[in-house]
Amino acid sequence: MLKKIIFQFLALSLIFTYSAQSAESGGMPQLNPEFWISQIFWLVLTFGLLFIILSKFILPKISNNLETRKSQILENIETADKQREETEKKVKEFDKIINDTKVEAKNFFNSERQKVLDDINNKRLSLEKDIEKEIIKAEEEIDQLKKTSQEKVTKIAIETSSDLIKQLIGEDINKSSLSAIVEDLSKKEMEKHNGI
Amino acid sequence: MAANPMYQFNVYRIGPEIKINNIDISFTNASLFMVISSLAILIIFNLGTKRSIIPNKIQLLAELSYSFISKMISDTAGSKAKPYFSFIFSLFMFVLFCNMFGMIPYSFTVTSHIIVTFVLAAFIFIGVTIIGFIKHGLGYLKLFVPSGVPMVLLPLIVVIEIISYLSRPISLSVRLFANMMAGHTMMKVFGGFVVSLGIVGGWLPLGFSVALTGLEILVAFLQAYVFAILTCIYLNDALNLHH
Repeated sequence: MLKKIIFQFLALSLIFTYSAQSAESGGMPQLNPEFWISQIFWLVLTFGLLFIILSKFILPKISNNLETRKSQILENIETADKQREETEKKVKEFDKIINDTKVEAKNFFNSERQKVLDDINNKRLSLEKDIEKEIIKAEEEIDQLKKTSQEKVTKIAIETSSDLIKQLIGEDINKSSLSAIVEDLSKKEMEKHNGI
Repeated sequence: MAANPMYQFNVYRIGPEIKINNIDISFTNASLFMVISSLAILIIFNLGTKRSIIPNKIQLLAELSYSFISKMISDTAGSKAKPYFSFIFSLFMFVLFCNMFGMIPYSFTVTSHIIVTFVLAAFIFIGVTIIGFIKHGLGYLKLFVPSGVPMVLLPLIVVIEIISYLSRPISLSVRLFANMMAGHTMMKVFGGFVVSLGIVGGWLPLGFSVALTGLEILVAFLQAYVFAILTCIYLNDALNLHH
């Protein structure tokens, strides 16, 4: 079909050219038919080659490129959508995990605090008990010491007084009477001392 | 260069005279610019066929032109015109590049010659008519009989339709040729004014010349676009018979 069309259009142009050749141009070089055939020949040649090369080799490549790009972009959009959904899911999971761990941490913290407080309480109580025991013991010791010291003091007082009397008078005196006197005196002293 | 503003449209022989059967088909400056335009198109679009997902500048240019013309065809002629995409693409690019190369000073504008544009238009006209008859048979003649016209007016309308149909190649070729010639002549005339008025008065026509250059670049694109879109419209008539 293309051959037919080209042939027909060449024939038509030839007719056109010969009919116009008689009209010699004055001012416009366009109307000078000297190179018309040459122009037509070269136009058909260059435009024909351009058309053939473009339609056979170059345009299919460009359209192919456009198609592949389109499909690739669509694919990429699809995968991007998928990945976005996945990330949304993951973000939700993460949020859940973070919330859970927060709650867990709170619970753990509370229980540990309770434990520590209990421990402290227990230790304090036992310590207090120990301290009380120690205090009671010490008080008992003090009491004993008080009693024994009084007895010792009276003994020492009796012995020293008997020694003094022996030195002064040169005679032994009944110890029981002496002790009675010393006790009596010390009692008075103690009463004075204690303010009773 | 001569002062004559029409001198720029002269065709002259480059190299030896080539004759086949007494027909002169010598290589001329017009042929040279046809070859340059075609080569430029082929080089640019061949560079634009690299297979990369993110296109570089030339590839982007090629792909944008591809989708631009593809959209133009589908908008005006519908999806049936898909097989003619390559032809309209080549046509648009050829006319555009010839127009644009003509904008370079001292170059030659191929499309400023009526014979070139007429051959293109005649080829389109004949091709479209053949396609119409192949697709619709004699039913294609219904194109000349619009629907909803009163019987009294029908003979007149048919004659007018036939004349308008037959004048398509002439209007198509003359539009492009006249636009290119007029623009270039105007630029040449204003350029001549710059020279003749000298350094004192030459500034105004110089400014005009600069503005005209911008306008002419716009016209160069626009005429290529109009040429292509009118081809699409004629093709649409042949492919989708509405009447």
